[in-house]
Amino acid sequence: MSTMTLGRAAVPVRYLPVLVTGCLLVAMFVAGGIRYEGFAHGQVVLNVFIDNAFLLVVAVGMTFVILTGGIDLSVGSVVALSTMVAAGLMAGPGWPPYVVIPLVLAIGSGLGLVMGYIVHAFDIQPFIVTLAGMFLARGLCYTIGTDSIPIQDATFTAFAQTRIDLFADLWISPSVVIAVVVVLVAAYVLHYTRLGRSVYATGGNEQSAMLMGLPVGRTKIAVYTISGFCSALGGVLLSFYMLSGYGLHAVGMELDAIAAVVIGGTLLTGGSGFLFGTVLGVLVLGLIQTIISFQGTLSSWWTKIFIGLLLFVFILLQRLFSARSRR
Amino acid sequence: MTEQILRMSGITKTFPGVKALQDVNLSVRRGEIHAVCGENGAGKSTLMKVLSGVYPHGDYEGEITFEGRRCEFGGIRDSERAGVVIIHQELALSPQLSIAENIFLGNERARRGLIDWNRTNYEAATLMKRVGLRENPTTAIADIGVGKQQLVEIAKALAKEVRLLILDEPTAALNDDDSAHLLDLLRGLRDEGITCVIISHKLNEVTAIADSVTIVRDGRTIETLDMRADQVTEDRIISGMVGRALDNRFPPHEPAIGDEVLRIEDWTVYSPNQPDRKVVDGAALSLRRGEIVGLAGLMGAGRTELAMSVFGRTYGVHITGRIFKDGKPIEVRNVQDAIRHGIAYATEDRKRYGLNLIEDVKRNISAAGLPGMSKRGWVDEMREYRVAEEFHKSMNIKAPSVSSVVGQLSGGNQQKVVLSKWILTEPDVLILDEPTRGIDVGAKYEIYTIINRLADQGRAVLVISSELPELLGLCDRIYTLSEGRVTGEVPRRDATQERLMHLMTKGQE
Repeated sequence: MSTMTLGRAAVPVRYLPVLVTGCLLVAMFVAGGIRYEGFAHGQVVLNVFIDNAFLLVVAVGMTFVILTGGIDLSVGSVVALSTMVAAGLMAGPGWPPYVVIPLVLAIGSGLGLVMGYIVHAFDIQPFIVTLAGMFLARGLCYTIGTDSIPIQDATFTAFAQTRIDLFADLWISPSVVIAVVVVLVAAYVLHYTRLGRSVYATGGNEQSAMLMGLPVGRTKIAVYTISGFCSALGGVLLSFYMLSGYGLHAVGMELDAIAAVVIGGTLLTGGSGFLFGTVLGVLVLGLIQTIISFQGTLSSWWTKIFIGLLLFVFILLQRLFSARSRR
Repeated sequence: MTEQILRMSGITKTFPGVKALQDVNLSVRRGEIHAVCGENGAGKSTLMKVLSGVYPHGDYEGEITFEGRRCEFGGIRDSERAGVVIIHQELALSPQLSIAENIFLGNERARRGLIDWNRTNYEAATLMKRVGLRENPTTAIADIGVGKQQLVEIAKALAKEVRLLILDEPTAALNDDDSAHLLDLLRGLRDEGITCVIISHKLNEVTAIADSVTIVRDGRTIETLDMRADQVTEDRIISGMVGRALDNRFPPHEPAIGDEVLRIEDWTVYSPNQPDRKVVDGAALSLRRGEIVGLAGLMGAGRTELAMSVFGRTYGVHITGRIFKDGKPIEVRNVQDAIRHGIAYATEDRKRYGLNLIEDVKRNISAAGLPGMSKRGWVDEMREYRVAEEFHKSMNIKAPSVSSVVGQLSGGNQQKVVLSKWILTEPDVLILDEPTRGIDVGAKYEIYTIINRLADQGRAVLVISSELPELLGLCDRIYTLSEGRVTGEVPRRDATQERLMHLMTKGQE
């Protein structure tokens, strides 16, 4: 009953959105490979990872929040603030990266913790709390500096420019390794820990989760803290990528992250979805950009148009599935 | 005075699987107050929803004649245009709008599409005077008490030129003063020629105010009594209300009753919405091991509120009282505390409060017992699967596998998942709120068997039910609750439906 037949194979409904996204990704890659010369190359896929490692990390945090039925609009601003704090502290007082990076992560987690606490303790909609957080973090960037601050710390730049060679002549950046580790740890937490269970249960039905004795309040605070941490880490990865801190970095990134999560098949109302779907969602967004750059004649705004169209399709799909399974 | 304003004949309404109303007849004379009485689930509210067009024509069988014309209401707008207005138990007011705005909501006093505020407030003030509401028409609904809100609803009905006013449990949420005022108002409206149909559980009110009473039981009309001609007492009404068909079968059970396991003393709970209203008032209960205890009460008696306030204060404010577990006083501040002290509560609304419908069977079963199957936060998935499989078999949960989504199971099987979840927490006391609501007869028998088995394992089970035969067939002892007070404690051998109903309708002395 909980399955839908696709051809002959029966697939549980909950895996269906992820499957659709997976198929879409493969179809895009195949189409790109047929259409453009040099597209069907391993490095093209790896470049998608390299260019979107920070988005992937941010989207992981967003997945936690959305699974509880919440939303975090502050992530883009926290990313910018993190790049700014990192660059500012390394350029100004000349602090070493191994002090700066933990500090940045602590600031991000702290901001998330405070927002989560407000959401829980005062029972305020996450939308409005994180909107306030978004303005706050973005504004704080300009108290550090209004211009872009370049990062010239030797260790930092060396790490940022490291190439990790794989077989053949394929390579990835250390950021990709970090992003993959984050994804694996997060997937493990979501699926094998009590916290993970509470996240799904809270998003599925908050009142019943409370009456089952699950720590709903603590779970909510935890997911915003996780999201804050991921945003800060995303900011560190972005500063590896950009080698600068700037208050205008990552403008609108919260929306990209939400889009990736939704395209990855996670229900915006919470309770259903997979981290693997989010990975696929980020890859779809990245691949759209790649295809448009291969096309050459389309302006980059076409990325937005395609993301918009895809989002429409996916929220309609979700509506269909949830209508079917609620009965 | 004997002219009929309303005649409903042969009304039958079926919901999937249940006949809620069967060949119901109701006639109401012009200018009287007509009470409709019956147990919970007897079909009173359904009947009123048919009358007021909530269930449109074609959704039911039978005929409605109002003021000599056959009515085929397609919705509430139709019935209101004809002069029939229903006031539901949950008031339909918009809290942030003013009294005047609410009175004319959907019926605005407007000129060329623009609201005429002077006329709105002036006419509202006139209507408010008629219902005895002394407030400024521009006051927001949220700023006045429930008693006054009820008056706003009546003023709203008057604004629609109501000729037949239906009130569903109008005094259920009111304190004594407000109730008395409301009843006076209804008498006044009757003298102005407005006919009222009132659904009420409070039989003292019914005998005080009604001109005639129609009794509904099991979706059928039993009788209509003329209060003016005959000397109708509360006992006379009770004898008509009870005697519901004993169609449930019960598994045989020999109780082995042990020591007291839970005692509640002087338990008082206030409503979170109206902090001045006691929902539970000085209740005292005691449960023993191996005992199945019933808690009987009509809608609004405070049964669920009592249970939830005991279960980790999940309902109510300013809760006072003492709980003893195995003779020792305990503090139960939240659900985790309750679970730790071996108290479990299976809610009456499985879908909203008891289950995560989009999650699978195994994770629903393990949800409350996770601390027992995880180490330092990591869940032992193999053990979870094995436990779920055990319950799948032992509780006979009819699901393709433990990975099936709970939302797709039948009511009976969902209830078995809920029970499995709580049994997993190894409780000493299980509070089951309406455990067989919305469950078919076969599955009911299975649930009863499970309840007996739980008692035989030395647990105490408190069953809250609206079905008196169910309590009589299942419980060793039954408490009755009326208006938040425990009004009686009846052992099985002395319990009859009449006796229980008498205690359940006992008002304040």
